[in-house]
Amino acid sequence: MRYANGGTALTGIYIAERDGMAVIKLDSGYNIGASPEKLERVGRAAPQPPAGAGIVIQDPALPELSIISTGGTIASRIDYRTGAVTSQFSANDILRSIPELGDIARYRDRQVASILSENMRPAIWQALARAIYDEIRHGTSGVIVTHGTDTMASSAAAVRFMLRTPVPVVFVGSQRSADRPSSDNAMNTLCSAAVAAGDLGEVAVVMHATTNDDRCAVHRATRVRKMHTSRRDAFQSMGMAPLGSVDYPSLAVTLSDEAVRRGAEEPGLHDTLEERCALLQFYPGMPPGILDAFEGYAGLVIVGTGLGHVATDWIPKLRDRIEGGTTVVMTSQCLHGRVCDRVYNTGRDLLRAGVIEGEDMLPEVALVKLMWVLGNEPDPERAGVLMQTDLAGEIRRRSI
Amino acid sequence: MDYKDLGLKAGIEIHQQLDTAEKLFCRCPTVLRDVADRTGEFYRYLRATESELGEIDRAAEEEMKLVRKFCYYTYDTVCLVDHDEEPPTPMNPEALDICLTIAKMLGMTPVEQIHTMRKLVVDGSNTSGFQRTALVALSGTLPDGCRIETICLEEEAAQRVEGETFSLDRLGIPLVEITTAPCMRTPEAVQEVAAYIGMVLRSTGRVKRGLGTIRQDINVSIAGGARVEIKGVQELDLIAEVVRREVDRQTSLLAIRDALRDRGARVDRTVVDVTALFAGTKSAVLKKAKSILAIRLCGFAGLVGREIQPGRRLGSEMSDYAKKCGVGGIFHTDELPAYGVTAEEVARLREFVGAGDDDCVAIVAASRERAGCAAEQVMIRADMALAGVPEETRKMLEEGSSAYMRPLPGAARMYPETDVFPIALSGALWEGIRVPELLTDRAERFVREFGLDGALARQVAFSERLPLFERAVAAGVRPTLAARTLLATCRELARGGVAIDRVSEDDILALLSAVEAGRAAKEAIPDLLAELARTADESAGTPRERVDAAIAKMAPAVSQADVESIVRRIVAEREAFAREKGMGALGPLMGVVMQELRGSVDGKVVSETLRRELKRLLS
Repeated sequence: MRYANGGTALTGIYIAERDGMAVIKLDSGYNIGASPEKLERVGRAAPQPPAGAGIVIQDPALPELSIISTGGTIASRIDYRTGAVTSQFSANDILRSIPELGDIARYRDRQVASILSENMRPAIWQALARAIYDEIRHGTSGVIVTHGTDTMASSAAAVRFMLRTPVPVVFVGSQRSADRPSSDNAMNTLCSAAVAAGDLGEVAVVMHATTNDDRCAVHRATRVRKMHTSRRDAFQSMGMAPLGSVDYPSLAVTLSDEAVRRGAEEPGLHDTLEERCALLQFYPGMPPGILDAFEGYAGLVIVGTGLGHVATDWIPKLRDRIEGGTTVVMTSQCLHGRVCDRVYNTGRDLLRAGVIEGEDMLPEVALVKLMWVLGNEPDPERAGVLMQTDLAGEIRRRSI
Repeated sequence: MDYKDLGLKAGIEIHQQLDTAEKLFCRCPTVLRDVADRTGEFYRYLRATESELGEIDRAAEEEMKLVRKFCYYTYDTVCLVDHDEEPPTPMNPEALDICLTIAKMLGMTPVEQIHTMRKLVVDGSNTSGFQRTALVALSGTLPDGCRIETICLEEEAAQRVEGETFSLDRLGIPLVEITTAPCMRTPEAVQEVAAYIGMVLRSTGRVKRGLGTIRQDINVSIAGGARVEIKGVQELDLIAEVVRREVDRQTSLLAIRDALRDRGARVDRTVVDVTALFAGTKSAVLKKAKSILAIRLCGFAGLVGREIQPGRRLGSEMSDYAKKCGVGGIFHTDELPAYGVTAEEVARLREFVGAGDDDCVAIVAASRERAGCAAEQVMIRADMALAGVPEETRKMLEEGSSAYMRPLPGAARMYPETDVFPIALSGALWEGIRVPELLTDRAERFVREFGLDGALARQVAFSERLPLFERAVAAGVRPTLAARTLLATCRELARGGVAIDRVSEDDILALLSAVEAGRAAKEAIPDLLAELARTADESAGTPRERVDAAIAKMAPAVSQADVESIVRRIVAEREAFAREKGMGALGPLMGVVMQELRGSVDGKVVSETLRRELKRLLS
């Protein structure tokens, strides 16, 4: 394109049109926005060479791991339509951009979705659990799931409830986009591969442990939470120490005694979920009428104040919902600590109305657990008991 | 040397830090810190990424020959954006306003919509691995007709503390990058253009001052040579010398190329492992190396050691390339025996690799992997010598020579900054940008309006004290008094060891006002400034109160009667001298009286009193 504006006349490559302006890449590499009427086409840009042809050398002596991609920052690059980053990478692209993965294992890849994690849904959790189960049945030594970080903890917990696994199932993402030289994607992925090839036998999240590129933490799927919007070390184990860590760049994995070891479980899949479940954060002055919106819901997790409270004027409506067949579980906005509705009058009234104390479960974990419990246990009373039973490491017997 | 005959073409890139309250893409202050005040350290690795067109920039790729761990110092004036732990804020509007002001002063045309880019820089100086930069305006002109191609607004990089350790205080400070066309034909012209642009930048009154706040990169090529960019020239006075030395270098490299071609020189592709030859060597470098590799450069003898610019040889260039692999440098037979390598070892080496008299042998010593990498780099640079002058980015060394840094970066290092929205520049915004008076015009105005002499006017206009000068004049201080105090007096006091920087501008202004109001004599200014500097930490109150306290201590007001009695006493004490010299005693006695009065009284008053007293005595 030739671009003439005032005293300026330049040529550049037309890249896209956005919000009525043409994006032009000048020879210097700079982009500028230009009015389309000031542009004149002078020729066709040389076709671009196919992006990088490098391949990963697969060493047959190494164990085989499965990479299941769902999208997210770890697999993101620029979208010229919106100018923002989107997920357009496949697992193969990840292998190509992090060749050191080839020193750890061989890989097969599989794509379940290519979405940003805010678009995740229970149906994809189910597809993901099935895909992982499939890989386990095919004899994979370990599974790596690449996932956007926003809802990665929920997906990991959901998979944990649906799946029994003898091999490591490791969720990994990145907080800083893969298209930047400082991205945490390479280190996180390498650490996740080390864990997937290692001795763990449960579902975990592996992400940066600190702001340094020094080690990743291994978090239990049902006790992990994203606690920062942008930092590399956003993921934290809540109410327990991480299951272990991976040193970088040595990739030496250390697991705590508490970590379930490889082979401890037989493979199994129970992938029914009751999707008519909701999560509701209480705030001061929240009108009880809100509860009408949840009529017909099978389950409701409330994120209450402090020890697990909502306003006294909620109790009649709550009782109606519970009598109408909704299982109601109480968790806390504090995130740290255990719910106890036996201390104050409001709490006792809540218990009398039939609210179930969610122990020290994280609210999001309680939600996916409730979906899974109600999907697999039709009897409300037994479902209530299950909600207070530790099924997958989601409830700590002791608070420390 | 006739630079026109040599086909010299030079251009310049000027990087100037802007004096904004906050950084370009975060809300941190733009202050530099002492590394001792750091609040923490962290470290990261960087890896080169592909551009959106799927290419890896060659400069970035070269930097990534080594996996490098970078350490960063952080401060309480640095935030998560600087840590690359948070997306950037929108572009600082104050910085954009300054950039547009400069663009307008240079007669440039703004782009219609600014797109912030990421310029890949993986040498560790940016935590993200890129520098954010945006093209703001195009096509300006300089008075000599030379064209300015672009002005960009970009983030400053982190400062290297040492090795791979960087300090984050400087990262993100806004700077403008002004790039001229390669339109200069002599070394002096480059320096003049740099001086002119520097003057334009300072005319805004909104750029940072002091060492390191302005840096020049110089582009130089000669006919048959190649475009070379020399980075980081901080002193204006060195610019012409840098250009001259680069012309020397390119001329010499072309002469070496011709000599090599005449001799039919070539690079032997076989790298020979000569580790065993040096088993008993006295050379410390060779002794500790696991692997020593030799490269035979056929027909290169004498040329590798030939000087191409002061302190630099073709061998230095090869050494720079080899250093990219993490080795300390290379040895070559043009400079051996030396460094503990004996003549006998050299002879054995030559024989072992089959080198003839015309051949030069280069050796690299390091771990097997690094030595292999370095040997390949030496061959690459030797091949380049056969072709002439390579295109390169170089860094300036002391006194104006330069060393190889990396290949010239290409367009592939530019990637859109996806976290920053484009900014539309409306016509109204551009029209609203006020163009400040050029410092050169201002100096002329000071001559015209204030009657300052030309040199002083120029000094004031270009001084950092210009805003204070203008405030003082607006407050009724005589321009000459203001100019002399702010420039001459302050400079002399500073030379005399007075911490004049500690005196606030408000205090100086109050002092000048006190002199104009007759509360102190202008002769007392140096003493009063020294006193204000001495008590800068302890004194409370308003500037006027502080100045009055200094006057009370250093130069208490003296009545006319006191002056007369002192003058009378001094004349009486030196009566013989006065009678001998007559009115000629006025000058010497003036000094005695002024010393006694310690500048408390205006010299004019003293001199009139003294004259009267002398006349009385002599009559």
